[in-house]
Amino acid sequence: MAPNAAVQQQPLFTGSDWDYRDIMRVYDAIERIAKEELGLDPYPNQIEVIDSEQMLDAYASMGMPLFYRHWSFGKQFARDEMLYRKGYTGLAYEIVINSRPCISYIMEENTLTMQTLVVAHAAFGHNHFFKNNRLFREWTDADGILDYLDFAKGYIAECEERYGVQAVERVLDAAHALMSQGVHRYPKPQTRSLREERDREIERIRYEEQTYNDLWRTVPGEAEAAAEGNPVERRMQRLGLPEENLLYFLEKRAPRLEHWQREVLRIVRNVAQYFYPQKQTKVMNEGCATAVHYYIMSRLHETGQLTEGAFLEFLHNHTSVIFQPAFDDPRFSGINPYALGFAILQDIQRMATAPTEEDRRWFPDIAGCGDWVGVWQEAWREYRDESFILQFLSPKVIRDFRLFRVHDDAQAPELVVDAIHDDPGYREVRRSLARRHDIARQEPDIQVVDVDLDGDRTLVLEHRVVDGITLEKGDALAVLRNLADLWGYDVKLYEVAPETGRVMNEYPAVSPEAPVA
Amino acid sequence: MANIIDRRRNPKGKSLANRQRFLRRAKRQVLDAVNEASGKRKVTDVAGGEQITIPADGLHEPSFRKAPDRGVREHVVPGNKEYVVGDTIPRPEGGGGGGSSQGSPDGEGEDEFTFAVSRDEFLDLFFEGLELPDLVKRQVRRSEQYTQQRAGYSVQGSPSNLNVERTMRNSLSRRIALRRPRGEDIRELDEEIDRLERTGTDPERLRELIELRRSKQERTRAIPYIDPVDIRYNRFDPVRRPVSQAVMFCLMDVSGSMTEEMKDLAKRFFMLLYLFLERRYRHVELVFIRHTHIAQEVDEDTFFYSRETGGTLVSPALTMMREIIDARYPTADWNIYGAQASDGDNTPADNPATSKLMADSILPLVQYFAYIEVGGGQMAHVPSDLWRAYERLAEGDSHLAMRRVQTRADIFPVFRDLFTPAELKG
Repeated sequence: MAPNAAVQQQPLFTGSDWDYRDIMRVYDAIERIAKEELGLDPYPNQIEVIDSEQMLDAYASMGMPLFYRHWSFGKQFARDEMLYRKGYTGLAYEIVINSRPCISYIMEENTLTMQTLVVAHAAFGHNHFFKNNRLFREWTDADGILDYLDFAKGYIAECEERYGVQAVERVLDAAHALMSQGVHRYPKPQTRSLREERDREIERIRYEEQTYNDLWRTVPGEAEAAAEGNPVERRMQRLGLPEENLLYFLEKRAPRLEHWQREVLRIVRNVAQYFYPQKQTKVMNEGCATAVHYYIMSRLHETGQLTEGAFLEFLHNHTSVIFQPAFDDPRFSGINPYALGFAILQDIQRMATAPTEEDRRWFPDIAGCGDWVGVWQEAWREYRDESFILQFLSPKVIRDFRLFRVHDDAQAPELVVDAIHDDPGYREVRRSLARRHDIARQEPDIQVVDVDLDGDRTLVLEHRVVDGITLEKGDALAVLRNLADLWGYDVKLYEVAPETGRVMNEYPAVSPEAPVA
Repeated sequence: MANIIDRRRNPKGKSLANRQRFLRRAKRQVLDAVNEASGKRKVTDVAGGEQITIPADGLHEPSFRKAPDRGVREHVVPGNKEYVVGDTIPRPEGGGGGGSSQGSPDGEGEDEFTFAVSRDEFLDLFFEGLELPDLVKRQVRRSEQYTQQRAGYSVQGSPSNLNVERTMRNSLSRRIALRRPRGEDIRELDEEIDRLERTGTDPERLRELIELRRSKQERTRAIPYIDPVDIRYNRFDPVRRPVSQAVMFCLMDVSGSMTEEMKDLAKRFFMLLYLFLERRYRHVELVFIRHTHIAQEVDEDTFFYSRETGGTLVSPALTMMREIIDARYPTADWNIYGAQASDGDNTPADNPATSKLMADSILPLVQYFAYIEVGGGQMAHVPSDLWRAYERLAEGDSHLAMRRVQTRADIFPVFRDLFTPAELKG
């Protein structure tokens, strides 16, 4: 895989203006490097040139080319537009969509160098990640997403016409409030089709007939207890409880919703599920795209296809993308996923080709193996942020970032530094950083645990509190009100410490104020 | 291989529908903000949109979030310079801690929300549901203005009004009806004749075909492709157009008893009325008449910002209004509106004259006359002289409306009240 830098070629371009022939030429050169040297395997690409107004449009609809209508997107648009017009923020150079073909939006005002960077970054980096990463393979349907969004938009527009904009808005508001709790975090066993159910039933009866033994009837106690069962357990089983996907539960079980309202919940839930892998792979996804564009741009430069001027322009942009301000810098707003992902991948490359003694100790499989492309590919395919950091964050990167851990107990008056970038601290820092990127841990774990079917149909939720962090009260109450409106009856929420089962906090039962049904 | 597509020509403003939903949602806050902003502008200076800031509550999108000030967290942050294990850091202001790595979970500041509304959106929100009273009844007046309206087709007209589609349709049906040979039929004949001539096998048939072709060609010449009877023109009829211009008279007492605050209230009311009229009429003119014991027509700045001293007589202002109407705004061409703001002072001897003027020479001409009594303070519960004088007139005439305004907050409700159609009032 060692690139031979000797072959010098003509520069692909010299100016900054571009036309479609230029982009095609650049695309072909990038594709050659991406496929031959990095072994990337992306979806077919579709590159669409848009202007700033269209970019703002895309921002407001979660980056998708089409989306159903809701006031919150209008709010988003108004905010983005204001920030942009006042010059507080720039716009992204590109937006890329996990679909087949993979659509990349590129801005018309980018220079040709920037377009080159963007094509390498989005059309190859992100695209490869979308197609190959396990989470995306298992949870998203790149072939169907655009058709589905088209259906969703049409369906919701039709509902608005038929039932009124306000009625649809009520359901969407309530559903949006539950969006983070509207995903399946773990794969469920495939639900069986009706035919399979019937076959299984026949099979079971035949088995019982074959193995019938009258003696079993005489065994005391057992049978009676089984028939009675525990009513709570039976109910839980029948309702499929506990259930962490609140939207799914409401869609299937809420007693008073109409068909179209269930379908709207389903649409929101499907959208939430589609975006869930992206939330879990921010560092990896951006790291992948950044590492790919950096490698490709460097290779283009080495082979003479990129002029010195263009390469400098690229480096200027690249360094600002991967800039990580320190914690006391006013620009600091958390760990920059571009910086972290890129640093880890670059470090893998370094370890594979020029390992130190420390690397051999920490990463015996990678150190000196030479095949860094293979390691990258494996990481992109099988990992998400949490496991990626846990597996590949090396002491050197921790030192380079000068990462340290602060223990923050809300009860204590001061924060305590309890691990830094030294030998005893590496593993601690790494574990905590991985946890911070574990979405399932970062988002509150709220489940439906019971429904009072014999009584007043009160829906009981439980928040399994992690590290003593309870919910923000005002918001929680607002969401519960939405939930009650969908459910149609009272809703209760307990906050429980899972280790002890102790109830830390109890919300009074919230009654529906304006039930949607 | 990639597809590259230029989307720049695609329709923009895909978020427009979302924006409308958002504005409707934020209506109450937007109205408050707009109300606030309206005091800062000149009455006629309403061009361009408005930057408005609204509080974010009500637009808040709730979700289950972790409380920032509970429990135990571990933050990993970059850029350590001097800390070693065991060091303590004072808790940063504003919760979170450990740098702002916790921050606001959705990355949004939720306190205030600033955005721009266009002029149309601004006014739509402002005047939603309001109507001019009795507009229809009085608007149908004799008018000299005409406009063109499509009125079917005609067989004569100017070439620029030629309707090609109709003409060709007529031409086609006539050609079919008269069996005009089609071009391709003749071409086929030509080819057949050509073939027979070359081979020379069937001279009998060749002769027949040549004869057939000759007759067909004659028929083609006799029946034209387009005949004058086919031709149709778009036809336009002139129709009378309702008067689409209005004039608004602003009358204000500027004597010493009117404080700046009262004038400010009056100004807001005039502004609202102007904006409202402007949306209903193509062209709106303003006439400012200020009065103490004498009346003067002045420009806007003088009207609002200069002070006069003197007694208070209302009748000269009404007389002047009537004179201006007669001189410049014939009722055939103009819809006339009047708005008067005063603290209610009038020299008692003038009240009968004022009533008479109002009843005889103003109300018959105007579409609507609104009287706003501003301020008042401790005297609010006692009807002023002017109020009593007008009250008697208002009972019998729906074109005169009167309201009291004490504070800024009253202006908009009063305005809405005046112009909400009766059937919409709850």
